[in-house]
Amino acid sequence: MLLQGERLVKHFGGTVAVDDVTFNVNKGEILAIIGPNGAGKSVLFSLISGLHKPTSGKITFQGEDITGFKSHMISRRGMARTFQLTALFDELRVVDNLALGYQKRTTGGTNFWATLLHSAGWKADKATMEAKILETLGFIGLEEKALELVSTLSQGEQRRLSIGIALVSDPELILFDEPTGGLIQKDTDEITHLIRKVNQTGVTVCLIEHKMRMIMDLANRIVVLNYGSQIAEGAPAEVAANPEVIEAYLGRKRDA
Amino acid sequence: MVTWLQEKWFYVVIMALALIVPFFVPNRYIFQIIIMSCLFAIGALSLNLILGYTGQASLAHGAFFGIGAYGVAILTTTLGWSFWAALPVAALSSAFLGLIVGIPALRTRGAYFAIATLCLGEIVVLVAGNWTGLTGGQNGIVGIKPPDAIPIPMIGEISFQSQTSQYYLVLAFLLLTIFIMHRLVYSLKGLTFMAIRNNEVLAEAVGINTTKAKLLSFVVANFFAGMAGGIYASLISSISPSVASLKITFDFLLYVLLGGAASLAGPILGAFALPVLMEYLQFLHGYQMIVFGVLLVVVIIYCPRGLMGGITNLLAKINNKRMGS
Repeated sequence: MLLQGERLVKHFGGTVAVDDVTFNVNKGEILAIIGPNGAGKSVLFSLISGLHKPTSGKITFQGEDITGFKSHMISRRGMARTFQLTALFDELRVVDNLALGYQKRTTGGTNFWATLLHSAGWKADKATMEAKILETLGFIGLEEKALELVSTLSQGEQRRLSIGIALVSDPELILFDEPTGGLIQKDTDEITHLIRKVNQTGVTVCLIEHKMRMIMDLANRIVVLNYGSQIAEGAPAEVAANPEVIEAYLGRKRDA
Repeated sequence: MVTWLQEKWFYVVIMALALIVPFFVPNRYIFQIIIMSCLFAIGALSLNLILGYTGQASLAHGAFFGIGAYGVAILTTTLGWSFWAALPVAALSSAFLGLIVGIPALRTRGAYFAIATLCLGEIVVLVAGNWTGLTGGQNGIVGIKPPDAIPIPMIGEISFQSQTSQYYLVLAFLLLTIFIMHRLVYSLKGLTFMAIRNNEVLAEAVGINTTKAKLLSFVVANFFAGMAGGIYASLISSISPSVASLKITFDFLLYVLLGGAASLAGPILGAFALPVLMEYLQFLHGYQMIVFGVLLVVVIIYCPRGLMGGITNLLAKINNKRMGS
């Protein structure tokens, strides 16, 4: 088991955003977390990635208790994430964004004195980084745009870059927060394909999504949340047949 | 892209011009302005690191300049140290104060960080004006000697009594500052600073310890501010609390913002162009600042990246037109 959340609770003032959710992510799988708007999916991601501290509960990643860790500490342990609204360093170039995604992997590359002196170790780290960036550029299909400013990229390209930023550091697990939200069908297909390709390289994937057809097709396992609680869990076909899930999405069947 | 701004020969020409300046200055007064511009360019470049690249508006830069100035003044007059020992100690003290203050202050963001550092600036001025035993109070410290001569075996020594030698001294320190800023800014380390300026939440999410990175940027910026202040005290020979005042901070700010934040050439351009402009506007007496106020507003509205950004844009446009026709 790669990641485990035990009895996670998050209160914002009087609002209960996540209420006693227990789930796990197995190594190598694609797990989808679905649920209607306001079900607590994004908050759950924030708890896992350290953006918010859970009110109670425990999060374990690769056997280590990471509850309450700051996000940069969690990120350094091999968990990368993307954001709901495409989050990129939009004042910088494509390669700079990837370099920033990679930087947690290098210690010599960001050492202050090594940077000033251009030490041998610094140069070696820089070469390794550049090779890794080139490889990732190829993987996400943005070689041509490497030196462009992010602000000149199309929506689909920006989304691919945000996946690249997560991928370039060779993480164990990537959390995707609505990776295809707001995209047209063609871009959605492209991103879906890319996520599957990422998973095939051995990276475990956990994603939040609204597009049911895409999820049914992509995920190995689905967790369904509603009003902050988990209401179902299982293989796509099982979940789709679950009456509680249907009710949460479509409303209660009228008693005839 | 504007190719000549990136070509090596362009910088070689600038460097050659900088080296022969002393042979062409018309009088001592103009020469003094040029020396001070070089010195203030160091201050502006260092403010640019924390403000332009890291996006944290420090309004205590004048205070750190003042700490460096008082450091050198006290160490060389009261304690009789050599300038060459006093300068690094003064610059390190400034950096150390930055570390102590930065740990709590950098937890705040945006305007709150600006206010916190503004307060620090006022505190430094008040301490300098009232701790009479150490700082000489409002009278300040007088009789600070120029940098000690550097002995060179066989040949003699390099003394720093003349304006020409002082110019080369300041130029050497300016080049050192440019070199270090260049190394920092064009590196992964520099990118982490820019990442924080651009999107702090994402910077954390990709694994940057933003607190530590901001602190490093602040400490390095304050080291160079202190260094500039220390040289200033030694060249100007007497200082008072005004050396740490908000006016100094705002001079640096003007140089950075008008010259072009987040570029290396911008702050230097600002530090040379503005004092010269100030000279030409002397006839306005007290009203020069009105012109600067209007200029600042115009530049911020029409070229938010300062003069340097404006020049780059303009040349890019001309280039595009030429390519198009």
